[in-house]
Amino acid sequence: MQTQILLIVFAPLLAAVVAGLGNRMIGNVAAKSITTGALILSAVLSWPIFLGFIAGTETAEVVQVLKWVESGSLSFDWALRVDALTAVMLVVINTVSAIVHIYSWGYMEEDPDQPRFFAYLSLFTFAMLMLVTADNLVQMFFGWEGVGLASYLLIGFWFKKPSAGAAAIKAFVVNRVGDLGFMLGIFGTYLVFQTTSIPDILAEAPAMSGSTITFVGMRLYTMDILCILLFIGAMGKSAQLGLHTWLPDAMEGPTPVSALIHAATMVTAGVFMVCRLSPMFETAPTALMVVTVIGAATCFFAATIGTTQWDIKRVIAYSTCSQLGYMFFAAGVGAYGVAMLHLFTHAFFKALLFLGAGSVIHAMHHEQDMRYYGGLRKRIPFTFYAMLAGTLAITGLGVYHLGVGFAGFWSKDAVLEVAFARGTQISVMSFWLGVGAALLTSFYSWRLMFLTFWGKPRWIESEHIQHSVHKTPEQAGEDTTGGYHPHESPVSMLFPLGVLTLGAVAAGQVFAPSFLDNAAFWAGSIFYNEPLIHAMHAVPYWVKYSALVVMLLGFAGAYLAYIAKPDIPAKFVATFGGLHNFVYRKWYFDELYDRIFVKPAFWLGRQFWKLGDIGTIDRFGPNGIAWVVDRSAVAARSIQTGYLYTYALIMLLGLVAAITYVLL
Amino acid sequence: MEGFPILSLMMLVPLAGALVCLVAGAATARWIALGTTLVTFVLGVLLWSNFQTGGAQWQFTERAELFAGFSWALGIDGIALMLIMLSVFLMPICILASWDAIQKRVGEYMAAFLLMEVLMIGTFSAQDLFLFYIFFEAGLIPMYLIIGVWGGDNRIYASYKFFLYTLLGSVLMLIAMFWMVAEAGTSDIPTLMQYDFPPGAQTWLWLAFFASFAVKVPMWPFHTWLPDAHVQAPTAGSVILAGVLLKLGTYGFVRFSLPMFPEASAQFAWLVFALSMIAVVYTSLVALVQSDMKKLIAYSSVAHMAIVTVGLFAFNVQGLEGAMIVMLSHGLVSAALFLCVGVIYDRLHTREIARYGGLAINMPYYALFFLLFTMASIGLPGTSGFVGEFLALAGIYQASSLVALVATTGIILGAAYMLYLYRRVAFGGQVNEDAAAMRDISVREWAFLAPIAASVLWMGVYPESFLAPMRADIAVLDARLAAAAPASDSALTAGAPRAEAANALSHENGANHSSAEEGAH
Repeated sequence: MQTQILLIVFAPLLAAVVAGLGNRMIGNVAAKSITTGALILSAVLSWPIFLGFIAGTETAEVVQVLKWVESGSLSFDWALRVDALTAVMLVVINTVSAIVHIYSWGYMEEDPDQPRFFAYLSLFTFAMLMLVTADNLVQMFFGWEGVGLASYLLIGFWFKKPSAGAAAIKAFVVNRVGDLGFMLGIFGTYLVFQTTSIPDILAEAPAMSGSTITFVGMRLYTMDILCILLFIGAMGKSAQLGLHTWLPDAMEGPTPVSALIHAATMVTAGVFMVCRLSPMFETAPTALMVVTVIGAATCFFAATIGTTQWDIKRVIAYSTCSQLGYMFFAAGVGAYGVAMLHLFTHAFFKALLFLGAGSVIHAMHHEQDMRYYGGLRKRIPFTFYAMLAGTLAITGLGVYHLGVGFAGFWSKDAVLEVAFARGTQISVMSFWLGVGAALLTSFYSWRLMFLTFWGKPRWIESEHIQHSVHKTPEQAGEDTTGGYHPHESPVSMLFPLGVLTLGAVAAGQVFAPSFLDNAAFWAGSIFYNEPLIHAMHAVPYWVKYSALVVMLLGFAGAYLAYIAKPDIPAKFVATFGGLHNFVYRKWYFDELYDRIFVKPAFWLGRQFWKLGDIGTIDRFGPNGIAWVVDRSAVAARSIQTGYLYTYALIMLLGLVAAITYVLL
Repeated sequence: MEGFPILSLMMLVPLAGALVCLVAGAATARWIALGTTLVTFVLGVLLWSNFQTGGAQWQFTERAELFAGFSWALGIDGIALMLIMLSVFLMPICILASWDAIQKRVGEYMAAFLLMEVLMIGTFSAQDLFLFYIFFEAGLIPMYLIIGVWGGDNRIYASYKFFLYTLLGSVLMLIAMFWMVAEAGTSDIPTLMQYDFPPGAQTWLWLAFFASFAVKVPMWPFHTWLPDAHVQAPTAGSVILAGVLLKLGTYGFVRFSLPMFPEASAQFAWLVFALSMIAVVYTSLVALVQSDMKKLIAYSSVAHMAIVTVGLFAFNVQGLEGAMIVMLSHGLVSAALFLCVGVIYDRLHTREIARYGGLAINMPYYALFFLLFTMASIGLPGTSGFVGEFLALAGIYQASSLVALVATTGIILGAAYMLYLYRRVAFGGQVNEDAAAMRDISVREWAFLAPIAASVLWMGVYPESFLAPMRADIAVLDARLAAAAPASDSALTAGAPRAEAANALSHENGANHSSAEEGAH
């Protein structure tokens, strides 16, 4: 397996370097072929490893690559660890990445900067692979920051747009806030365990569960504070409540990027981290409580915003944020396998929804506002059916007694059931928030479908379309299409949609038994809580059907509001203007942060500079001395001639004086 | 290499070059300076390759008694070796960076740089207290000239400020040195590093040295000379100032304050921490609001050097090694950032950030280099910046989680001001026509940016090459500091481990027991 692992991880890096540095010298086709080829190779090599773990024929393996740092007792290497948990991530990352590479051939066809785009995509994949194969916390942090860099570069890919540059910085800096927690968590972990090796930490964590430590003057349970610090890192990367503000803005990046990085892979890194460290988190009850509460709160909060947004990508972005919340509270209640199953299925159906949205945007001349869509079902049927599969998957259509369902049915229902089965107040509260979020999920997903694919075409109102057909709505008159004919995307984009549709339909059905019930599959790579899984299967039927019921309610609500009686939304907004505005403006997080962080930082910087440095230190320091000197010896000015020889002479005299002084 | 005076030779070569440059014409002076610095660099590589890692602590020692107990004593340990390598590596780069930018008094300019190289090598290899002092202080002279003669419009004020600040501290240090020699009866630095000064005397000796080093680093609030000096200095002057001269202060802490006055260092650790914590937050925020590129990078240097001082006074191996790597890394990265500013300054003759924009369009390779150095500056793993910061902060966390928390906020603020700078320079549309017309980097510019880029990545991926030569010396220092080290504030106390996992569920109904809220806590 050693060679395969090395190839899987380093082929994308090599491709990124060749395509990135070669850039225009090697040309579009070469750059695209090399990167896409490398990713297909990685994907093809990943599946046998994953299936090997499912079948029980593979065992965990570590490939040592190079020593990294050795400093006293703190030492860590570049090493690639592949166990069942990593294998899951390998197939997710490489499959979605390969698909996104292929999709981008079509989507980025007209972009002048294609080699750079593909190089970034492959670079991202490499960093993500380093993250999930990490054998120690520092290499995980390397991957963590590496994906952050790639995300920054890809969000800012169209860097000429000011909004793209701003979104890129925001993503990086907000993530850095999380990274502050991650770094302190690593330092603390090293202090306590004298190692950063993940297996060693996990082995020794239970023995530390009763110990206490001082952190910034507070006396705390060691494992709780360590896990909370690490989790702050996870919150940043996975856009959880409080550190989520960067994710919607990240939609400034090209849509394939949103699918790969901001839906299927990078944003799930936080969930992966908690699962990877699950034996450690299980020694920290308070930290797990925090994980559960934050996850549940995010899952509900983000879903509310999703119901009001008009930008098709932003709806899906908030949906992602919400689905990540599900994964976290599943982990928080101790069901790491369930969290991983939702991560796995979500990767397929969310990538599908994003790439589907990309196909719609492509058809609609870069218009992203759903108010200007309508009636696209007949125009781009293939995209429609793919999106329909994705919607059925995310809303979790499936029937427990028949034992069949779309991917989301298997994973989301398991999340809700296990939260209920855990039986603490917090977990039951999470269950109800999760059910509420499922209702909202169904509503906003169907809202998206109805606005986009049903009803009458409304796109003459769109400026993008107006530019395309050179008509104003007045000139178009009755014809609300304005003569614009959306066209189905090329095969390079439709083929990826087809593959992902397969995943969205079948991923749960096929793999749920292994993820949920097979302790041997995980083989100790996560904390597997057997009694909890039994309890999960034994929850009452009303719990098992709750997700289906709210899914149907959400569908009915969306149907009513956007098909049957389309005047309802306007009436709702008129009646509950305040509430709508609060949700539509994303609970005012951006405005709040701007007031309490961004503006004060610039204000403080100016004060420190003008009043501190110039007004105080310089005034009483060097300028004060200079003033005294000037006053007492005006003659001193005459030697400041600006000529070299005067200075040289003075310096020489000074040096001679100094040497003389020393020797005396 | 046994007995061969390679250190003296490394100083003699640039000295000879400097003398020739003084009398040579402009074109000749450039080539002579380049040739000389390259020869010195090759000698440096020989020095490194002949350095015995794990061998004697002091190697390549030379000693010639001069007069009055004052001797020409040279010798290096791994720490000095690394800093000498940094100096001789940056020197040819400085010459290349000045190739076209300097048009007046070229011979003198090149001579000043070569003289500076002599003095820097001397400072790092001096084994005699007074010899060190002379090199250390004399290093100011060429820098003063470079700023004062070849600097910008406000160069007189800048060099004046630079000189005032740095001179003030030196006087106190010199007095302390006299006292030390009288007390210990020798001016031999290795001997003094093992000498136990009485704790009472250590206190004021430490303060006297601190006065000199804190200005050089510079630590807050002695930093205000730095932005002015950088802004006025020509590009290569900034490179040497940020790359090597700032390290003289922290080298002073490593070589003198810590090993010679360990008790006083422990006693004053709080002072260093306090100033460093203020520096990280304060200067980072100031950097955020700068509209002059060089000022911004100058302020960021103060914040980065604060990580060095924090690491040095952590009193453990990680802190010390981290601080050393930050010194090397900052030497490369800040030098490279100033070079990046120089590249576009040479084209447009302004440092005003707003005059640029969209350079990624017409200067893609420039944008790539600038991006790499920006990322290294904000400590992206895989670059040199990360290894140093990570170790230094991991070191300080063991001493104080509060200091670690405040110092680590630098990673957020650093990302904010550097990416904000990068966005304004490289991203966005091409708003200024003249900036949009600039050509991408030339072969000469490739020649000085690419080696730094390679070194930054090397140090980030395999820092062992740089850590190994210093390991034994740091271990000696750490052992000497161990007795004085202040207690860690973490106060880890063992307790009875919990009986079961947090989410353990018994087979009965799990609602009433072992809940997360009411666990063993």
